Amino acid sequence: MSKNTEEFQKIKIFSNKIRKNILDVAYKGGAERSHIGGALSSADIVSTLYGDVMNLNINNPLDINRDRFILSKGHACLVIYSALYEIGILSKEQFFSYEKENSILLGHPIINRDVGIEFSNGSLGMGLSLGVGVALSAKIKKKDYFSYVLIGDGECNEGSVWEAAMSGYKYKLNNLVAIIDKNGFQQTGTTNDIMDMYNLEEKWKSFGWNTISVDGHDINELLIALNKKKILESDKPTALIANTTKGKGISFIENNNAWHHNLLTKTQYEGAVSELGFDND
Amino acid sequence: MIDQKKIKTYSLIGARATFGMYALDLIKENPNLLILSGDVSTSAGLDRFRKQYPNNYYEIGIAEQNLIGVAAGLASENFDVITTTFAPFQTLRCCEQIKVNLSYMKQKVVMIGLASGLVQGPLGYTHCSIEDLSIIRSLPNLNIISPADSLETTKAIDAALKSNQSTYIRITGSTNNPIVYDNDYEFNLGESVTLKKGKDVALIATGPMVSESLKAYNELKEKNIDASVINIHTIKPIDKKKIIEIAKTHQLILTIEEHSVIGGLSSAVSEIISSDNYNCKQLSIGVNDTYDKGGSYEFLKNKHGLNSQNIISKVIKNLKN
Repeated sequence: MSKNTEEFQKIKIFSNKIRKNILDVAYKGGAERSHIGGALSSADIVSTLYGDVMNLNINNPLDINRDRFILSKGHACLVIYSALYEIGILSKEQFFSYEKENSILLGHPIINRDVGIEFSNGSLGMGLSLGVGVALSAKIKKKDYFSYVLIGDGECNEGSVWEAAMSGYKYKLNNLVAIIDKNGFQQTGTTNDIMDMYNLEEKWKSFGWNTISVDGHDINELLIALNKKKILESDKPTALIANTTKGKGISFIENNNAWHHNLLTKTQYEGAVSELGFDND
Repeated sequence: MIDQKKIKTYSLIGARATFGMYALDLIKENPNLLILSGDVSTSAGLDRFRKQYPNNYYEIGIAEQNLIGVAAGLASENFDVITTTFAPFQTLRCCEQIKVNLSYMKQKVVMIGLASGLVQGPLGYTHCSIEDLSIIRSLPNLNIISPADSLETTKAIDAALKSNQSTYIRITGSTNNPIVYDNDYEFNLGESVTLKKGKDVALIATGPMVSESLKAYNELKEKNIDASVINIHTIKPIDKKKIIEIAKTHQLILTIEEHSVIGGLSSAVSEIISSDNYNCKQLSIGVNDTYDKGGSYEFLKNKHGLNSQNIISKVIKNLKN
């Protein structure tokens, strides 16, 4: 078994667990409804980052040399909570306190670097500017950490995303990677129907970004695209257009926008968990 | 210790250019300082700073939402960050970025809003700023400083950099900025300055209206009216203790501000004196909720009664014998 295949398998398993965690916390946490579709579409991207690509220090989440992850599409918070739980930064008690009274984990992330949450997010279009600041800081301090910002394709409607894109190019932030979770849906319809952005790839390219399109559920493609050495060959920031399926992994949720923000029934939860290959406990 | 020659220079060049000039002093003491501009280096007197300290100066362009976001990102990595652009764009244009990044998330940034109030009158109300205090005051975890003169602008910047939360500094006036303080003095964030201690009426003012209130004080004195003059340089956190003391010892408070009467100094003071049964009446001078026709700074100030004569006539009309 080659190293790549081992990595691939490891991330696949990690990703499957994250999907299970998303379902668990959506079903057993404190939320009436959760943003399930967009969390599942990001699961393979986040698993590749947390399972392999990112330099993390589990024992010291404040390590100055850590890679930074910013969930600009903050409503997909279950994917990051699930990853932080899986790697052991969030305790079980913290994880399942999601959306309960006085919880540190609400329906959009709240800055808490002790548990690996870099910033508060949820108001769309703000994460990339923070990423530019953090990446610029690395350049000024001559640190070699990377900053990853996960952005929704619907979120790209926000003008502030493009303000940030301009500055990422201007300051040659090749340590900054914007990952666009292009699942083709936003809150009330398809991205084409709500606001047709014509060609997202060409837009990022025209803003001076090194733009790569991948299948956002193909771990190999993600690993190749996120290779740090390769990324640093360019002096431009990188935009990774990850073509994804909203709700990926659970057949009745996939491409069904009713699951943008929804509640799992017991039967649905059990069916979804079985589909991922887990026993119902 | 700031000498009188420097105080005169600051006054001559105005508060905006004072910021740029003072930044050259600050950077010598604090290499951790970064200044981020929204394409206003010349307007903020920062051209020398930009040339001499290119590694501490970042031009973000005409993109104020990103200006605040990048500043917050840098602040989160422990830089001391100052952002600057004209007041409407430093506050309203990026209001939600201020809310989320600085207020909610508590990243510490010093925002310097240039040419606030009515000084941009000839350019129209897109460029005037009579709402900034009101809007920013509603956000938790932020300080607001409205300096009375150029020297106080430097004090405000010092205090803002030392504070552990974000600050909005509202720069007003033009060149030949009237001098309120002709000697160095002690400035404490949140502590008003009693410039004149009287008993009949309290003139509670901020920004350029402090010097107008001092002018009014002199004329009122000739009419045997003993006024207190209080400089509320910190709009938030406001000096509650002093305002309560004034409410207990004066029959009339007049608030004066180069800002809308809604949400700024007048509102902040009335929120305090309406919280208890003080035997004190409050009147306000400010812009009365209108975007009127434009014109020169002096024209607009006079039109909205932002001058010593209006202060005097309002006091005389409302003071009980």
